[in-house]
Amino acid sequence: MSRRARIALKAAIWGGCLVPLGTLVYWYARDDLTANPISFVTTTLGDWTLRILLASLAMTPIRLVLGVSWPITLRRLLGLFAFFYVCLHFSVWIVLDFFFDWHRMWEDIVKRPYITMGMLGLLSLIPLAATSTAGMIKRLGARRWRRLHRLVYLAGVAGCVHFLWLAKVGRTDQYWYVATLVLLLSIRLGDVALRAVRRRRERRTATVATAEIRMP
Amino acid sequence: MLIRRAPRFTSNDITDAKLYLSRREWMVGAAALTLLPGESAAVTPPGQPLTATRNDAQSLREPPTKFEAATTYNNFYEFGVNKDDPARLAPALKPRPWTVQVDGLVHKPKTYDIDELFRLFPVEERVYALRCVEGWSMVIPWIGFPLASLLKRVEPTAQAKYVEFVTLLDPKQFPGQRPGFFGFALDWPYTEGLRLDEALHPLTLLTVGMYGQVLPNQNGAPIRVVVPWKYGFKSAKSIVRIRLTSAEPPTAWNKAAPQEYGFYSNVNPAVDHPRWSQATERRIGEFRRRPTLPFNGYADQVAHLYTGMDLRKDY
Ligand code: HEM
Repeated sequence: MSRRARIALKAAIWGGCLVPLGTLVYWYARDDLTANPISFVTTTLGDWTLRILLASLAMTPIRLVLGVSWPITLRRLLGLFAFFYVCLHFSVWIVLDFFFDWHRMWEDIVKRPYITMGMLGLLSLIPLAATSTAGMIKRLGARRWRRLHRLVYLAGVAGCVHFLWLAKVGRTDQYWYVATLVLLLSIRLGDVALRAVRRRRERRTATVATAEIRMP
Repeated sequence: MLIRRAPRFTSNDITDAKLYLSRREWMVGAAALTLLPGESAAVTPPGQPLTATRNDAQSLREPPTKFEAATTYNNFYEFGVNKDDPARLAPALKPRPWTVQVDGLVHKPKTYDIDELFRLFPVEERVYALRCVEGWSMVIPWIGFPLASLLKRVEPTAQAKYVEFVTLLDPKQFPGQRPGFFGFALDWPYTEGLRLDEALHPLTLLTVGMYGQVLPNQNGAPIRVVVPWKYGFKSAKSIVRIRLTSAEPPTAWNKAAPQEYGFYSNVNPAVDHPRWSQATERRIGEFRRRPTLPFNGYADQVAHLYTGMDLRKDY
């Protein structure tokens, strides 16, 4: 993919990721945030956190399945936007929902499993956002950095469980998110397994080859 | 779909009965009127004005929630699980003709036409607090008559201990009753129930209107019950049958999640929903949460119904 195309793609992601926030601001300006604005804003931001987080998790599987490399360049941007939205989602909870009632908030974090899961998702994204710069990759070393960034899977799982546990009976949209996560994780795991098999086979052919060399 | 919203409309639009009935339906209705002499005076389609004097003794002193909020932010799973589904899909419901079958353990079972109920029982306005189990609340000027008046008319037998309410089952009018990809939202039809003494309590209102109008479809037209000291889901909407029984009737939410929704479901800040706190609520239109009151503020009038009961166990 050309440099130009890559820049265009990134610009599109920037634009796309800002649309939900822009829409909320627009609705706010029109006093059109439903009868229960705080709940509506919280859930809208939660929905978009999970959508963007799953989008960032989809980049590697897309590369694996389609055999193209450009998705990798978008992974970090999407991940940072997911972090951006979860920060807004969390701030609304603190400021608008509980209005800095720390006691009640702490009670909720330890008592409500769905809030605990949300916190786990948020906390696991913090080190990733903090180490997202090129400088940090160099400082950590690519290997360690990559290992650290596997936390994003924890964030994805925590986000989905958070949603599963908060959804009332009768609701079903959460299952689509869970199904997407399962699909993405199975592609990754399938790839890991495939590579392990391939590596073992290579090792075996390598040993066979050495043996043949020694034979005569 | 990305984000679903209810269309915004002003109360003018809502008062406009055309929102609910197409012109054709109006004409069919009008034709029916001419064929049924004696019924004409009572016919009151939804959205039409319905006047009633306020029962001050049974009314909250708080300003009512905005009409627009009360008609666009609803839990009515028969239309769909989103808050704006009821307002969006309400026109599909036909509140006329409508009958309510009152039977079971009664001496005089009878199927009442909705307009007959309007004629038999004088209505009054009562401003009640409505507390949803999800943690929000509204103040609604309901119009109706005590359920007790109807129950006394059908004369419950000595064996009658409970009252069951059944909501209309019709996936054509209620799209939420159709199975989705993951099955049914609830076990339709929606059923709810009260103990007989709760049903006979003067606060328990059979409701046919609100805000000076005939009940809008999304609020449970043409007839629903309102039990102000219990979480909102106990107040069954669009009722087609009221049955008196000797055993506690199974109820929709209790069947769906028994550990979360008990038969009693009295508003109780001391008993949390297993997944969230019930200590506070957000009054729609207000910014800060306010503390939730025992029995939703009606403790003086109803607490005696539960003396000797452990309300943690019988939640
Ligand atoms: C990676 C982290 C997170 C993700 C992916 C996430 C995602 C979501 C999603 C998808 C929803 C459901 C929205 C809907 O109903 O349509 C939601 C709701 C919610 N989230 Fe989060 N969330 C995260 C972290 C948090 C945190 C840290 C908190 C607060 C401590 C939080 C508090 C809430 C609350 C209060 C709701 C609304 C629940 C309700 O409707 O009753 N979330 N979140």
